[in-house]
Amino acid sequence: MARDGTGNETLGGARASFAPWTDPAARPLVRFEAVAKRFGVVPAVDRLSLDIYEGEFFALLGPSGCGKTTLLRLLAGFERPSEGRILLDGQDIADVPPHHRPVNMMFQSYALFPHLTVAGNVAFGLKQEGLPKAEIDARIAEMLALVKLEGFEQRKPHQLSGGQRQRVALARALAKRPRVFLLDEPLAALDRKLREDTRFELTDLQDKLGLTFIIVTHDQEEAMTVADRIGVMSRGQLVQVSTPSELYEQPNSRWVADFIGDVNLIEGRVASTGPQGTEIKGEAGGRLRAAQTVDVPLGTLVWVAVRPEKVSIAAETPSMTTENGFAGTVLDIGYLGGVSIYKVKLDNGLIMKAAVANRTRLVERPIGSGDRVSLSWEPTASVVLTR
Amino acid sequence: MRRGLSAFNVTSIALGLAFLYLPIAILVIYSFNASRLVTVWGGWSTRWYVALLHDSAMLDAAWTSLRIAFLSATAATVLGTLAAAALVRAGRFHGRTAFSAMVYAPLVMPEIITGLSLLLLFVALDADRGFWTVTLAHTTVTMCFVTIVVQSRLLSFDTSLEEAAMDLGAPPLRAFLTVTLPLIFPAVAAGWMLAFTLSLDDLVIASFTTGPGATTLPIRIYSEVRLGVKPEINAICTIMIAVVALGVVAAALIGKRTELARVGADGRGG
Repeated sequence: MARDGTGNETLGGARASFAPWTDPAARPLVRFEAVAKRFGVVPAVDRLSLDIYEGEFFALLGPSGCGKTTLLRLLAGFERPSEGRILLDGQDIADVPPHHRPVNMMFQSYALFPHLTVAGNVAFGLKQEGLPKAEIDARIAEMLALVKLEGFEQRKPHQLSGGQRQRVALARALAKRPRVFLLDEPLAALDRKLREDTRFELTDLQDKLGLTFIIVTHDQEEAMTVADRIGVMSRGQLVQVSTPSELYEQPNSRWVADFIGDVNLIEGRVASTGPQGTEIKGEAGGRLRAAQTVDVPLGTLVWVAVRPEKVSIAAETPSMTTENGFAGTVLDIGYLGGVSIYKVKLDNGLIMKAAVANRTRLVERPIGSGDRVSLSWEPTASVVLTR
Repeated sequence: MRRGLSAFNVTSIALGLAFLYLPIAILVIYSFNASRLVTVWGGWSTRWYVALLHDSAMLDAAWTSLRIAFLSATAATVLGTLAAAALVRAGRFHGRTAFSAMVYAPLVMPEIITGLSLLLLFVALDADRGFWTVTLAHTTVTMCFVTIVVQSRLLSFDTSLEEAAMDLGAPPLRAFLTVTLPLIFPAVAAGWMLAFTLSLDDLVIASFTTGPGATTLPIRIYSEVRLGVKPEINAICTIMIAVVALGVVAAALIGKRTELARVGADGRGG
């Protein structure tokens, strides 16, 4: 497999050389085939199909209760599918108990054994394999070096900080050299700064070991930073599976557009579509243009999604273009440090957000609350959504 | 805020403790009585403890009681822990409510009824009544106490620890023995202590289920008291109180130490 050695290349899933999902001949390492899991009558996972490839860093992203953790537990073997098949390396693993699956999991609570030392925790899985003591000791040293915890061998879990415990949990699961490494909200218990550092450590680790990682998270920023591909889940189903940039720039539905980042959604009907792009007549007035073509009959109700940072804001000019251009009044300005979010009430009644990078130290803002402004964006910034 | 205790608190605690422990204190003091008459104080002496050493019937009974208590507590702990694990872990299996009711029934059943029904059972089975029937009966009665103690610990036990053990390659039984059991051990030990003292203490059920040749200490004491209280009885009772108190204190200490370690682990939170 062509892997790029430089760590930076892996960020945001932009590994140009790594995209086995585009190769129809590639055989997935993990395959979910119409898998359903019901607790009583409530479906937690609803006939979901998904392929994950060797060496991939895959993120399952969704709001709490969407079934992402259940999917992980199905793969680890703690739950049995009510329907469908789960294949690992082409083999149905329905009847393989958790302790025989070449899959290891890092639990959200870390689940470190409190009565064992750090070394004892890391050794636990190796002892189950019946490895000779010398090899176990070598593996412990190797793993603790990998997670930078040398010298902590004899500590008990309660003598460690949250970040250190998280790394013991990583070392313990990775010591088994799993075919697939599952991470259930691995960073949720860490504070913000540590969480950001750990994200980079995770991608680095995955790169070094070349293992397949599946991470479950509700934090979209986390998923975007670490994963090659993201599967967005809602109500037990996958809504969209794509690379982080595709997910952000080309969401396939209003739900995804709204869930990933901030978005302006404008309702309209298709007026014309062709190689030169699509023209949409806004339901609240105005004309919108998108660079893409859509495959729907004219007059269909669609939504144009525009990310706030792609909207330009300027003091109102009378000679503004009418396509993708709207006049309005600033309602509110949110200062976030790096960017400012302008909330603008358009003359047609809609409210739009524009994000502007604060490139200079603004002692005095050129645009203030209550000012008349015009908003505009490029046709390439519009995404037409049909659902 | 005021620290310490008010006069009212001190008085109520003193009265409460006196109510509970004054009779026991009197018994302990009179076991060191030099006088042959139980109700007359004749100065300090350990002569009744020495006399006890020569009372082979009493010593035999004490030895029988200890063996029964040890065996029945151990059996009750194994069975009670398994029942607790089934009640907490197996989810809502078919007949769970009936099972749980049956486990807890001896708790509310009058001892005399339990004793009588066990007697009828042993008679029907034509079992030789003696050491083993008392051990069996005590196992039956004390098991539910172990279940209660262990169940409450298992309810607060993080299941993901056991799952992690299985995930790392331990079969379910080994996961239970190497991860769950060491962690719930204080509760299991406390359950064993409880079963041990209950068995040591029991008169009613033992007298229904025992036979010739297996007289437990409470039965022996009771039969002697009917002929009048001998000072040796005070001495043996004092020894029993010491044994039970040591057991209870040990169980409490084990529990407290592990609890501290656990709170320490949780309190550090990340």
